[in-house]
Amino acid sequence: MIDLSFDRVSKKYLIRQEAEEDASRNLIMRKLSQMWRRQEFWALRDVSLEVRRGEALGIIGHNGAGKSTILKLLSSITTPSAGEITINGRLAALIEVGSGFHPELTGRENVYLSGSILGMRRAEIHRKIESIIDFAGIRHFIDTPVKRYSSGMFVRLGFSIAAHLDPDVLLLDEVLAVGDAAFQHKCLNRVDELRASGKTIIFISHDLNAVERLCDRVLLLANGQIIANGFPGEVIERYKSDGAKSMSSAFPGIKAEHDWPNVATAPSDSVVRLRRVRVCTAEGKTVERIDIRRPVGIEMTFDVLQPGHKLVPNFNFFNEERLHLFYVQETESKWRGVARPVGRFVSTAWIPGNFFSEGSIVVEANLSSHIPISSIHIHQRDAVAFSVVDSFAGDSARGDFTGPIGGVIRPLVSWTSDFTADNEPRTGILEIAETL
Amino acid sequence: MASEVLKTPGDGRRIKKIRATGFSPLSLLGSLKDLAQYRDLIYTLSEHRVRVRYKQSVLGITWAVMQPLSLMLIYTVIFSMVARIETGGTPYAIFVFVGLLPWTYFSTALTSGTSALTSHIHLITKVYFPREILPLTYVIAAFFDFIIAWIVMAAMMVYYGVPLTLNALYAIPIVAIMTVFVMAMALIFSATHVRFRDVGVGIPLLLQIWMFATPVVYPLSAVQSLGKTLRVIYMMNPMVGVIENFRRVVLQGSLPDFNSLGISALISVVLLPIAYIYFKQVEATAADII
Repeated sequence: MIDLSFDRVSKKYLIRQEAEEDASRNLIMRKLSQMWRRQEFWALRDVSLEVRRGEALGIIGHNGAGKSTILKLLSSITTPSAGEITINGRLAALIEVGSGFHPELTGRENVYLSGSILGMRRAEIHRKIESIIDFAGIRHFIDTPVKRYSSGMFVRLGFSIAAHLDPDVLLLDEVLAVGDAAFQHKCLNRVDELRASGKTIIFISHDLNAVERLCDRVLLLANGQIIANGFPGEVIERYKSDGAKSMSSAFPGIKAEHDWPNVATAPSDSVVRLRRVRVCTAEGKTVERIDIRRPVGIEMTFDVLQPGHKLVPNFNFFNEERLHLFYVQETESKWRGVARPVGRFVSTAWIPGNFFSEGSIVVEANLSSHIPISSIHIHQRDAVAFSVVDSFAGDSARGDFTGPIGGVIRPLVSWTSDFTADNEPRTGILEIAETL
Repeated sequence: MASEVLKTPGDGRRIKKIRATGFSPLSLLGSLKDLAQYRDLIYTLSEHRVRVRYKQSVLGITWAVMQPLSLMLIYTVIFSMVARIETGGTPYAIFVFVGLLPWTYFSTALTSGTSALTSHIHLITKVYFPREILPLTYVIAAFFDFIIAWIVMAAMMVYYGVPLTLNALYAIPIVAIMTVFVMAMALIFSATHVRFRDVGVGIPLLLQIWMFATPVVYPLSAVQSLGKTLRVIYMMNPMVGVIENFRRVVLQGSLPDFNSLGISALISVVLLPIAYIYFKQVEATAADII
């Protein structure tokens, strides 16, 4: 029995392009031309899939791969541009819990409101309201306006309503990551219960552990198409390795080693000539990909052509967004503040492990002198690039988390953690969740 | 949206098919079925609108009558003291109030209904339900205010000694025609507002002009002097037949003028399905552009 199917479904978005400034035309003409000038963007292309009754299907992929488009199509928020979706039975989407809550209304009134928005009948809500209140664990506050709720209470009530939808097909988003640990556990149990009772589940998430734990089958999306479909372990593995590969392409054409064998074309001035820049491991091997936990060396080889200059090799590091991460210059060498003789020098900057964030890094190599006056002899943009990858071994800063992590650096820091055995139940994690 | 709901014989589950936008009589039927499925939401949301409106206001339910009442005072001062309007013997205060009552219903419903979709972006981009429910519930909430205001109208009729005849029952079909018309307008305006926010800005001005193009503060007889062409154009406004006849049956106790009422009814009944189809077309991708 097929509960859900996509038959060559495509979804096209029109992205409005800002018309360039054109003073010769008036505002209305500009607005009109803006309306016509749109670019097509295919969020999904010819996607076909089938989900059997009782199956738990996971859908994973990078941001922009088409996951949320599938979510929106399934929950009928938007319609496909081509193709046909068939849903057999009542579909409920557990996305964005608390949608439709009104702050002025009490918890109880909001259960009715939000429940009806999610497609419940009044009689059904009436029958289930006690169970909803109990599940949320906020009986004491159920007749208080929800604007007085803590965010934890808000989310618990929202999830509790959604958990009582009793659908044939359940659509799950990242919602499982709500509330405190105890409530999350309750949510997962509820999903397990639904699974055990033979409900069909679609789980769209970044949380690879949860997907692996919950799903029978996983689809991997990339650029609006299904690129893998199979057992959770295999598809997730593929996703991780694809992720690592795709990262090195953030700076196409820039390699991990840059040589200038021809002295005529090598970057130089009258003082110094750059011969080589490369990315290497502690063992001296040139590498394009570096494990996030390992130190990485940026090595610069240069020939001094004119003696008497106090040269300072230095590097600038940029991430994929071309954000300037940091600057380093040679500080710990015997050549600091010393006029260099004619000859070949090899200087390496060692960046410690557990410092960069995952992603691509591009390096600018420079040779400057600061004394007596500041001057730049060589300025080599985009000298080398490399990618920093996390093998998800669990001993990097991401620990056991497999989702995307923001931030331009990712240090592995030491933690201390104090514990006091206490009979007071509202301490620790619960309290933190409530005040968030 | 081009979705249809079919019944499976086996397990009683609904099979829903979602396709690219495209109009077919079957999809319209599907939309109506879908709407019927959500009838409880119409009830809950309408109740919610009324509740929220009155929950935190001290004057509570009296707000429903404040607007027509204060407008009545203003127009009474202007048109019975400053400039005189011939009302055929009826005191101007009650004359204008009985006109303002249905007009306020119309303008409140249209104003709030127009922004129905754009004021619920957070819902529209996250949960599916038939979107027409949003403008619809604003019409229902305005209707609720309208009914509350009838209490004041009844009190005024007693005060001025206006007798109520059986012809007043014609008010029911008249209000029904007006409701069909305002629903159609709210569907068209709210759907258009999704892409063109200018609609929201233009509404107050439109309603102001529209009110003076409708016999609200003056009787229909006052436009007798218009030329033939102008008069035909004037009569094409569906609100003319509605407002004039509402006053006729309630205040004068006479039969409605079936000519003008017929025009209103015809336009409203033809417009509603067109408005609904248009709305459903916009709805399909509203979440993408809102």
